[in-house]
Amino acid sequence: METRVKPTSLAYVANARTIGTRAFGTGLETRGIHAWFGKHHVLSDINLDFAAGTVTALIGPSGCGKSTFIRTINRMHEFIPRAAMAGEVLLDGRDVYSRGTDVTKIRLQIGMVFQKPNPFPSMTIGENVLSGLKLAQLKVPNKDDLLEECLVSAGLWNEVKDRLNAHGGSLSGGQQQRLCIARALAVRPRVLLMDEPCSSLDPGSTLRIEETIRHLSETMTIIVVTHNMQQAARVSDYTAFFLSDGGPGQMIEVAPTNEIFSRPRDQRTENYVTGRFG
Amino acid sequence: MSTLAAPKPTKPWAARPKDRVRDGLLLLTALFASYGFVALTPMKGKLAYFATFFFFYALFTSGYQFYSRGSASAKDAAVNSIVLIGAALTILPIGSILWTVIQKGAPGISFGLFTNDMALATPTDPLSSGGLLHAITGTITLIILSLIMSVPIGILTALYLTEIKGSLTRPIRFLVQAMSGVPSIVAGLFILSAVLYPITKGYSGFMGALALTILMIPTIARTSEEVLNLIPNELREAGTALGGTQWRTVTMIVLPAARSGLTTAVILGVARIAGETAPILLLTGGGDRVNPNAFSGPIGSLPYYIWKSFNAGSPEAITRAWAGLLVLLALILLLFTCARFLSARKIAR
Repeated sequence: METRVKPTSLAYVANARTIGTRAFGTGLETRGIHAWFGKHHVLSDINLDFAAGTVTALIGPSGCGKSTFIRTINRMHEFIPRAAMAGEVLLDGRDVYSRGTDVTKIRLQIGMVFQKPNPFPSMTIGENVLSGLKLAQLKVPNKDDLLEECLVSAGLWNEVKDRLNAHGGSLSGGQQQRLCIARALAVRPRVLLMDEPCSSLDPGSTLRIEETIRHLSETMTIIVVTHNMQQAARVSDYTAFFLSDGGPGQMIEVAPTNEIFSRPRDQRTENYVTGRFG
Repeated sequence: MSTLAAPKPTKPWAARPKDRVRDGLLLLTALFASYGFVALTPMKGKLAYFATFFFFYALFTSGYQFYSRGSASAKDAAVNSIVLIGAALTILPIGSILWTVIQKGAPGISFGLFTNDMALATPTDPLSSGGLLHAITGTITLIILSLIMSVPIGILTALYLTEIKGSLTRPIRFLVQAMSGVPSIVAGLFILSAVLYPITKGYSGFMGALALTILMIPTIARTSEEVLNLIPNELREAGTALGGTQWRTVTMIVLPAARSGLTTAVILGVARIAGETAPILLLTGGGDRVNPNAFSGPIGSLPYYIWKSFNAGSPEAITRAWAGLLVLLALILLLFTCARFLSARKIAR
C-alpha cells in the first residue's frame, strides 16, 4: 500500500523526514549556470546542490528562468535554436556537458515531466509507459512487472489496470500526467525534473501527483518547478526562490522549505511568499 | 417509483414544420422567379436558370430575414446563400463528369475487358474482342514503381525540412515548391532526353515511372511537411527526454503520430500521377500486350489506352475509351479506399 502523506502545516514538512540522508549517489550539483537565447541573457550564475533523495521546489514569478534552468540540467535547453549556456551540471561529480558524454545516457538518468501532459498518441497506455525502453533500446527481463511497478509508483495502476491497451488519449488530464510520470519512471532515472507538473490539472489530480512526488522521493532526487506556493510547502524539502529584476533570472535564496516560508532571509523572498510581491 | 418524470429531450433550436414550409415557399418562389425571368428576358438556357435561381434565392431569403429580423440577419442569410452557391458549383462539375463517364462507359464494360488484352484486337474491333487487362496491369505497375521511388524520397525530404532543419532547408523548400509546378510534359521530356535516348534506348514502364516520380515527389514532400509540422513539439521533446536519439524519436513517435496525414500525402501523390498522360505517351511506348517486365519493352496504361482509342475514332473505339475512363476512375477510387482503410485501422487498433 502506498504511504499517504497528508501534510497539515509547514512545520510538519520539516519534521516529516530527515533531509538528504539516503545514500544512493551524491546527487546533483549545478555550478555557475548561465543561459542565453540569442543575445538575451535569461539566467545568471545559478549554484545549487540537490542532495540525493530530496525534493527541491523552484518558485518565482513567470519568466524568471526556472524552466530554462531545469532544462539545462538534462540538456533539453540545447534543442531551442540560438540557445547557449555556461557553467557545469555535475551528476556524481561528472559534468553532463563534458565532451564525449553520451547525451541520451544523461537523459536516461535525469528524467523529465512536462507542464502539459503529452502521452504519445499512437501508443496504448502500456506502450506509453514502456516507450522509454524502446526509445533507448534497453532490455528488461520482465516488462509486465516493470509496467505495474511504474504505474503503481505513479498512482495510476488501479485506474488503468483493466485497460492497458486503451489509448493514452482516452485518460483524463490528471491521469495523462500520471501516465507521463510512469513513463519517465520506467527507465529508472535517478533524478526527476518536473516542470509545473500540476499547472493544467484540477485540485484532485494535483493532490494525487503530490502524493506521488512524496512517494517517489524515497528513491530519487526530484526537482519541481511550481507557481503554487502551497504545493512547494507541501511536497518539498528545500525551496529555491528565483527572480528576474528585468535582467537575467537569478537565484535569490535557497533554504529548507519551512525556513523559506517562515523566516526568509531576503526581503524579496518574503514579499513573494507572503503574496506582497512587487 | 419516482414521481418526477424525466423531461423529454427536445431541440428548441431545430426547425419547426412551419419554418420548413416557409423555407420551401422561399425556394419555390425563387424557382418561379427564375423561370419567369428566363421566359421574359432574352437570357435563355440551363445556365440562365441556374444563375438566376441562386440570385433570386439569395435575394428572397435575405429579404425575408431583413423583413423579420433586420439587416445583420439579412447579411447572414445572403452570405449563407453565397456559400451554398460555392458548394453547388464545386459539386456540379464533379457530379456531371462522373455521370457522363458512367453513362458512356457502362456499355463498354464486360467481363472480357478484365481478362483480355489488345494483343489480338484493334480498337475498332467489336467490343466483344480484346480488353484492357494490359492497361490495368500497366497502370498499376507504373503507380507501384513510382510509389517505391517517390514515397521514401518525399518523406525523407519532409523529415529534413521539419526535423533536421539543416542549413539547406530554405533552398530545398523553395525547390520543392517550384518543382510542384513543373508541367508533366517537361518531366517526360527530361527523362526522354536524359535517360531514355542516351542510356536505355527503349521504351519501358520504368522510364514512365521515373517521370511520374519527378511529379510525385513534390506533392508528397510538401504535404508530408505540412503534416509533420502539425505534430506538437512536446512529443519530440518527450521522446528526447526519455533518452531517445533523434532517429528513434522520429521513427517511434513522430511518424506514427503523423501516419494518417502521411497516408493522405501518398494518396495525393497517387492522385497527381494516376491519370497523367503526357510523360506516358513519351516514355512507355504503350504496348497492347500484358507486359510483366516493367524494365523492358513497351507497357500499356489506362491513359494511353484511352488516348489511343479516342484517336481510332470509330464508335466501338470511342466506347472503349469511355470504358477505360470508367475503369481508371474506379481504380483510383479503389486505391484511395484501401489507403484510407489501412491508415484508419492502424490508428484505431
